[in-house]
Amino acid sequence: MEDILRIGGREIKNRLFIGTGKFSSYNVMKLALEASNAEIVTVALRRVDEASKTENILDYIPKRCILAANTSGARNADEAVRIARLAKAAGCGNWVKIEVIQDNKYLLPDNLETVKATETLAKEGFIVLPYMSPDLSMARRLVDAGAAAVMPLGSPIGSNRGFKTRELVEILISEIKIPVIVDAGLGAPSSACECMEAGCAAVLVNTAIAIAEDPVVMAKAFSDAVKAGRMAYVSGIPRSEKNARASSPLTGFLRNE
Amino acid sequence: MSFYDLYSQYRDIDTAFGPITRRDPEKALSAKSPGIKDFLALLSLPAETYLEEMAVKSHKLTLQYFGKTIQLYTPLYLSNYCDNRCVYCGFNADNKIERKRLTPKEVESEAKVIAATGLQHILVLTGESRTQSPLSYIKECVDVLKNYFSSISVEIYALTDREYAELVLAGADGLTIYQEAYDKEVYKAMHPSGPKNDYRFRLDAPARGAGSGMRNVNIGALLGLDDWRKEVFWLGLHAKYLQDKFPDVEVGASLPRLRPHAGHFTIPHKVSDRAMVQTIAALRIFLPRLGISISTREEAGFRENLISIGITRMSAGSSTYVGGHTIPKHNTDTLPQFEISDTRDVSGIMGMLERKGYQPVLKDWLRI
Repeated sequence: MEDILRIGGREIKNRLFIGTGKFSSYNVMKLALEASNAEIVTVALRRVDEASKTENILDYIPKRCILAANTSGARNADEAVRIARLAKAAGCGNWVKIEVIQDNKYLLPDNLETVKATETLAKEGFIVLPYMSPDLSMARRLVDAGAAAVMPLGSPIGSNRGFKTRELVEILISEIKIPVIVDAGLGAPSSACECMEAGCAAVLVNTAIAIAEDPVVMAKAFSDAVKAGRMAYVSGIPRSEKNARASSPLTGFLRNE
Repeated sequence: MSFYDLYSQYRDIDTAFGPITRRDPEKALSAKSPGIKDFLALLSLPAETYLEEMAVKSHKLTLQYFGKTIQLYTPLYLSNYCDNRCVYCGFNADNKIERKRLTPKEVESEAKVIAATGLQHILVLTGESRTQSPLSYIKECVDVLKNYFSSISVEIYALTDREYAELVLAGADGLTIYQEAYDKEVYKAMHPSGPKNDYRFRLDAPARGAGSGMRNVNIGALLGLDDWRKEVFWLGLHAKYLQDKFPDVEVGASLPRLRPHAGHFTIPHKVSDRAMVQTIAALRIFLPRLGISISTREEAGFRENLISIGITRMSAGSSTYVGGHTIPKHNTDTLPQFEISDTRDVSGIMGMLERKGYQPVLKDWLRI
């Protein structure tokens, strides 16, 4: 049976989403997107220059990709909503990744404002992907507000520290009925694989690909790692044990009657 | 707590540098999150031994936080009328130069020329004259520029909270204001008369701007006026103060360096290229998310080398005289505020960045 991720009425095969910041050129970005075969790509609207005299980032995103504008720069729900509407008007479609950040030092999101923005935008028909700190009650509120998925951070944006929030994200995975997508902080394909083994629906990666010495090969490496992790999850990973143990030390005396 | 309180706490900086040994920068280089003492150690004389290690760490951090990108902007001089007598500046009120203020129509002509290069970030500048370039005039210019640029920063005289809020409302999102010299005595000597003589009013201006809705606040020390180690230390301290107090504001630092050819003014404390590298690396290691700008005061080759060290923003296609984007230089008697070393146009700078494997970023803001 084919393993399909369904978000916003679309069927997605590739569970690696890619962010488009920090690349050395649009051309390298394009080659990385092509090599990874990513289907969902996020773009900061603040970087989009429709009337560009030189280049427009949107021209470098493969046509088959679903574009999700992100609201980078928004400090509250109102600003995020306005940016999302501008993105739609600029032809970026109705997928939006909400980023509401009031903290430029750690780039950690404001969950409360994110819920408010999600509610407004979902009502307006946007497919809303909110970036959040992994918190169960907030994730539930995001579901009620109409989010299409929740996107908890693995570790702070750009930190390359890996899946540090695993314990909390695992709670979301078991309790939340919409896709849980780890976004931010994954510095190596092994971290992306770990997220997928833990049961995440997808991961979003940007920095680790963009600043790699060879972003094109790194994009492919992430794509393969995500596939491997997903396959492992679907096929059921045996629980790991710290020590070797006899098969039934306590109940071995019982005989079949 | 105002920044002045923090400055006062660290004013006796010579004593603080005194006991630093080679062990201290070594420790600072391996610290997980370097603190104020580590920053001091990285700026010290013993840290010079570790310049390459510092540069490597700075490069890695810059790549991680800013990627392979450099944001470009250009200055637009609105007016050179000035009531100050800053001893190092071409606009000094005593200088017998042709004074000029652009009309809104001329501002629009300049805007068109600049916008045609693709740049979307503009920095508007004036001398300090509340009669010749009052706030109402600057707001009028911002209103014109809004039609051409997605980000407008102002580098003008220090304003009150309410005036900054008015500028934000008019459409400005960024504030650039240099303390020039953090050392109070040096400051007073360099700014002997005019409104800029008020040290505290200028020192608190970045915080007033940040508190009044400016999204990007860029501070700086004019390197060469004083011992660079001390000035850069206070500059870093100021940036950290602003980052801590205004977490939603993007804080940046500029490192304008007085160049030997700056006319009749003798540079009191010359700053070497090595010192510039140590400055950038120390700031980056101390404040990984700090934007760092280098202007066209610096020579092309030197600017190119600094890209890999840790800068994140560069000016391009600059002109430092009023009307410089539309009036050919030989047709004007107005003098530049300072001489430009890197005279390449925007496409020249873009080509250089691309060859170095960096993406020139022309737009990274959105007026909503």
